[in-house]
Amino acid sequence: MNAFEYAMPKSIDEAISLLSETPGESQVMAGGTDLVTALKQGIVSPKRVVSLRHIDELKSIEASGDGLRIGAMATLDDLAAHDGVKAGAASIVTAIKGIGSQQITSIGTIGGDLCQLPRDWYFRLGFGLVAQYEGKDLVAEGDNRYHAIFGNDGPAKFVNASVLAPALIALGAKASVVGSGGAKREIALEELFHAPKKSEDGNTTLASNEIVTHILLPLGARKNALYHVKPRHGLDWPIVSAAVAFENDGGKAKNARGGLGHVAPMPWVSASAAKALEGAALDEDTAAKVGAAAAEGASPLSRNAYKVHLTKVAVKRAILAAMA
Amino acid sequence: MAKNAWPPADKTVLMGKRIARLDGPAKSTGRAKYAYDMNRPGMLYARLLSSPHAAAKVTAINLDEAKKVPGVVGAWAEIATAEPDNEVRYAGEIIASVAATSEEAAREALTKIQVQYQVLPHLVDDTDATKSDGREQGEDKPDAAAVDAAISGAEVKVSGKYGLACITHACHESHGQVCEFGADGNLYVWPSTQNVSAYAGGLKDASGLAVNQIFVDCQYMGGGFGSKFDSGRWGAISVRISKETGKPVKLMLERDQELLIGGNRPSAYADVTVGATKDGTISVWSSNAWGSGGMGGAGRLGVPYVFTKIPNVRTLSKGVRTNRRGAVAWRAPGHPQACLITMAAIADLAAELKMDELEFFLKNVALTDRPEVYTEELKIAADMIGYKDKAHLRSNPTPGTLKRGLGIGIHTWGGIGNDSQTEVVINPDGAVSVSIGTQDLGVGTRTAVAIVAAETLGLPLDKVQANIGKNSYPPSGASGGSTTIGGVSASTRDASTIALNALLEKVAPVLGVTVDELEARDGKIQVAATPSKSLPWAKACSLLGQMPISGRGENKRGKGVSDGTILDDQGVGGVQIADVSVDVETGQVFINEFVAVQDCGRIVDLLTAESQVYGALIMGVTYALYEECIYDNITGRMLNADLEFYRLATLADVGKLKVHMMTGPGYDTRGVIGLGEPPVIAPGAAISNAVANAIGVRVPTLPLTPEKVLAALEQGGKLA
Repeated sequence: MNAFEYAMPKSIDEAISLLSETPGESQVMAGGTDLVTALKQGIVSPKRVVSLRHIDELKSIEASGDGLRIGAMATLDDLAAHDGVKAGAASIVTAIKGIGSQQITSIGTIGGDLCQLPRDWYFRLGFGLVAQYEGKDLVAEGDNRYHAIFGNDGPAKFVNASVLAPALIALGAKASVVGSGGAKREIALEELFHAPKKSEDGNTTLASNEIVTHILLPLGARKNALYHVKPRHGLDWPIVSAAVAFENDGGKAKNARGGLGHVAPMPWVSASAAKALEGAALDEDTAAKVGAAAAEGASPLSRNAYKVHLTKVAVKRAILAAMA
Repeated sequence: MAKNAWPPADKTVLMGKRIARLDGPAKSTGRAKYAYDMNRPGMLYARLLSSPHAAAKVTAINLDEAKKVPGVVGAWAEIATAEPDNEVRYAGEIIASVAATSEEAAREALTKIQVQYQVLPHLVDDTDATKSDGREQGEDKPDAAAVDAAISGAEVKVSGKYGLACITHACHESHGQVCEFGADGNLYVWPSTQNVSAYAGGLKDASGLAVNQIFVDCQYMGGGFGSKFDSGRWGAISVRISKETGKPVKLMLERDQELLIGGNRPSAYADVTVGATKDGTISVWSSNAWGSGGMGGAGRLGVPYVFTKIPNVRTLSKGVRTNRRGAVAWRAPGHPQACLITMAAIADLAAELKMDELEFFLKNVALTDRPEVYTEELKIAADMIGYKDKAHLRSNPTPGTLKRGLGIGIHTWGGIGNDSQTEVVINPDGAVSVSIGTQDLGVGTRTAVAIVAAETLGLPLDKVQANIGKNSYPPSGASGGSTTIGGVSASTRDASTIALNALLEKVAPVLGVTVDELEARDGKIQVAATPSKSLPWAKACSLLGQMPISGRGENKRGKGVSDGTILDDQGVGGVQIADVSVDVETGQVFINEFVAVQDCGRIVDLLTAESQVYGALIMGVTYALYEECIYDNITGRMLNADLEFYRLATLADVGKLKVHMMTGPGYDTRGVIGLGEPPVIAPGAAISNAVANAIGVRVPTLPLTPEKVLAALEQGGKLA
C-alpha cells in the first residue's frame, strides 16, 4: 500500500471537488470491502482516497414515483431489509443473501457493488484489466475458467463482478451520476459499464471525477427473480447469475427484461432471451427455451464453455423462480 | 504402589470421557496469544520480497530506494546475484527482506526494491507427465508378464484415470515468529511451530548461539498440518535481522506467501486397471502414477492402498519436478492421494459388476491388514448413514436434477507414540505441575496431558497445572505423523506414577500399610481394599515437609516407558461414508451427511478425539470439493494465492457430520494411538465415490468443481 490522502467530504459537491483536483489519481471509496484489499495489494495506488461514508444524503432509500431512489451508500443489508425491495424486487434480496458474508453485506453498499473492480486473477496479480504479458493475451491463452463468454471479442475478457447489476438491469433501474461542476446525468444502468480497450480505461463509463449518487429503481407488479451458481454455499461469488423481470399478462410474459452476471466484462443484456420470453406462455418449456436463447452468440474461451451451459440453466431457473 | 499400565476403561474418572479443552475460553475470548499477537517494546516488522517468476536468475538487486522509505531500518538481499546461487526455482522464492518500525513502511519498502531477473523457461503444469521434459524421477519397472496375464484373464475389469490436484496447507496462522535478544544475551523466540523442543536448532547459525541459549515459547498455534516442523528461512532471516538491528523482530508470511511457499501436498494422477472375479473378488491391480509437489517432485504413490493383499500387482510411479515450491509433509503424507486413487478404481469396479459398493468392500476386506476392524466399522458407518435405505447402484440413479449418492472410503495409519519426556512436581501444599516440551496444534494436547496426570494422581482436572510449549521443559517429539498423543500420554503417565509412588512412600507408614496397598483416587490416598482408610490429598502432600517431589517420565518410541510398560500402540483403520447430492444441471456438489468411524486405541479425551475427526472431515470436504493450487502456464505464477479463489469450505458447505469413535474390547484395551492423520485420508475417496454413485459417471480428479462435474457428465452422455 502506498501512502495516500484520505478525504472525508460531507457533501456530494465537496466530493466532486476533491476528485476534480486530482484527475485520475483519486479513488472513490464506498464500503471499502474490496478497495482496502486492492490498496494493500497495490492493485490501485491512488494519491487520494475519497470516502463517501460521511455524505448522509447518499445513504437514504426513499420512495420516488412508482419506485425507489436509493442512495449509492445504502448498505446491502439496508437494501435487503427494505420493505419495498422485499415486496417488489426479490431478485435483489436473493443476490445480496447469496454473498454469504454478514461482514460484507453490513458495510458493502449498492454503489460499491456496482462500481467494484473485477475479481479477475490476472488483474489482481497486476497484469491490468486488459491482461497482457510479453505480448500474450493472458486470458485467451491462459486459465480462463472464470472469464467472459460474451462480449469478449475485444481485449478485455474479465467479468463484471457486480452481484446486483443483473437484477437492477432486469428491473429497469437507472443510475444518477454527478460529475464536473455538479453536472447531473441519468443513465440506464447498463450504460454505466463498458469493456475497456486499454487497462487504464477502467471498467465503468464514469469520468474520474464522477460518482454514482443514486439508483432509481422502478417497482411495479412484476414477477422477478435471480438465480446464481456459486461454488460454495458460504462466502463466495457467482460463476454465473441471471435475473429476469416480467409482467404476467394472462399467463404470458409482458415487458420482459433480463440481465446476466459474471459472463462478460459488463453485466450482459441478452436481446435474444428477452425476445424469446416476450409474449411467451409462462411455463417450463418457455423457461428452457429462453435459457437456450440466452446462450445464443456466446463465444466461450478455451476452458469456460461450461459457463455457457450454466447460463442456460441459470436463466431457466430464474424464470421458473419468478413464475413461482 | 501405582502402576504404569492404564486402568481398565470402565474404572477411569477422566480418561475417555468428553472433556472440554482447558484453553477453550482463552482462545474464544482472544486472551490466547499466538505468535502474530506477540508484541515487544521497540519491535520491528520484517517482510519478505518474493520472486514473481517461477524460473529465473537474479542478476542485480538494488535496495537503495527501499532503505529511504521513512521508518525502514534495513533492507537485505536474500539471494545471490551471481552464479551459481542466484537461481529462482519457483514463484514466491525469497529474494530480499526489509525491516521497519511499522508494517506499512515494511510493505511499502518491498515495492521499492529493484530486482533484475533473467527469466528462464518454467514448467508448472503437473497434470500431464508426458509434457514433463525429462523432469521425471524414480520410475520403477517391475516384471510385467504375470500381471498382464492376470489382467487379460480377469472376468471383470475397468480402466480409468484418477487423481487430485496439488494443494497447500493453507494454515490459518501463517508461518513465522517473533524473536528478541535479551539483555542476558539469550535469544527468545515466539514461533508458530509443531516442534517446540527441537525448534531452536534451526536458529543456531543465524543467532550464533548454542541451543541452550535459545528459549522457544509457543503456547498456541493456528494450524501446521505438517508444514511447521522447522524454523524455515523466514525464521533464520528474522533472527539475523534482530541480531543486526538489536531490536525484536516480527516476521510472519503474508497470505499469498503462505500459499506459495508454506508447503505443498503433492498432486497424484494415475492410469489404473483393476480386475476381479465375477463374484466380486479383486484379482489384479495395475497402475501408472505420477505426481508433483514442486521442485522436488513427489514420492512413490503407495497403491493399491489398504487392499495390499491383491494377488497380482504392478505399480509404476514417478515424480515430476516442476517450478513450484516443493512438497512438505501434509497430514498423512501420500495417503489421501493413494486412498482416492485406490478407492475410486475399486468403486468403479463394483459399479461395473453392478454390485453394491458396501457389499463389495465387505467382500474384499480379506485383502486388507485389518479385516475384522474394517468389517465392524463398515457396518457401523452404514447404520449411521442409513445405508440400506439410501443405497442404489450407480446404474440406477435417483430421479430429478438433484441426484443423491453414497460413497465409501477406508484408510489406515500407524500413529505410534513419539519420544517424549514429562516432569511432574507434587508440592507440599498439594499443587501439581506437569511440564512437557510438547505443543498443542489446537487439537487438545494440553488438555490430554492434564487428563492423564489428574487421572493417575486421582485428582480433579483443575488441580493440575499443565505446562507445555517451551523448550525449557522436558523434551517431547515433534507433532507429526500422529505421534503426539501416544508419546505425551505415556511419558505423562510414567512421570505421574513415579511422583505418586514417591508420595505413597510417605503416606504408607502413616496409614500403617505398605505402599502396594495404596491407591490415589477421588482426591485421596486410600487403601485400595478399605477406602475408608485414607488421607485427603492435601494432607498426604503435607507429609512432604518443605521439599516438593518430582517424577521424570519418559516414553521411548516403540520401547515403552521407564519400566518398559508399553502405553501406546500403532495401526488403526477407519471407514468414512459420504452422502451427497449433485445438481446435474449446474455441477454443484452438496454434502448431505458425512460419517466417520475411527479407532485410535485407548482414548484420552473423547471430546477432543471426536473434534479431531470433525476437523479432518471439514478439511477433507475442502480438498474434495474446492482446494487446488492453480498455476498459470504462461507466467508461472499461482493465480489463486489468496483465500478468495483458493477456496476453503465454510461451515455452510460441510453438511451434517457424524463421528463415531470405536471403544470397547479390541479398541480401548490397546494403548494410546495418534489421530492427527487417519480421519483426513479417506474424505476425498468417499466424496468422489458418492458423486460417482449419484451421477452415474466418475469425475476423475479432485477437486470436484462444477466445471469438472459438468465435463464428466457431458463425456458420459449424461448432461441434461
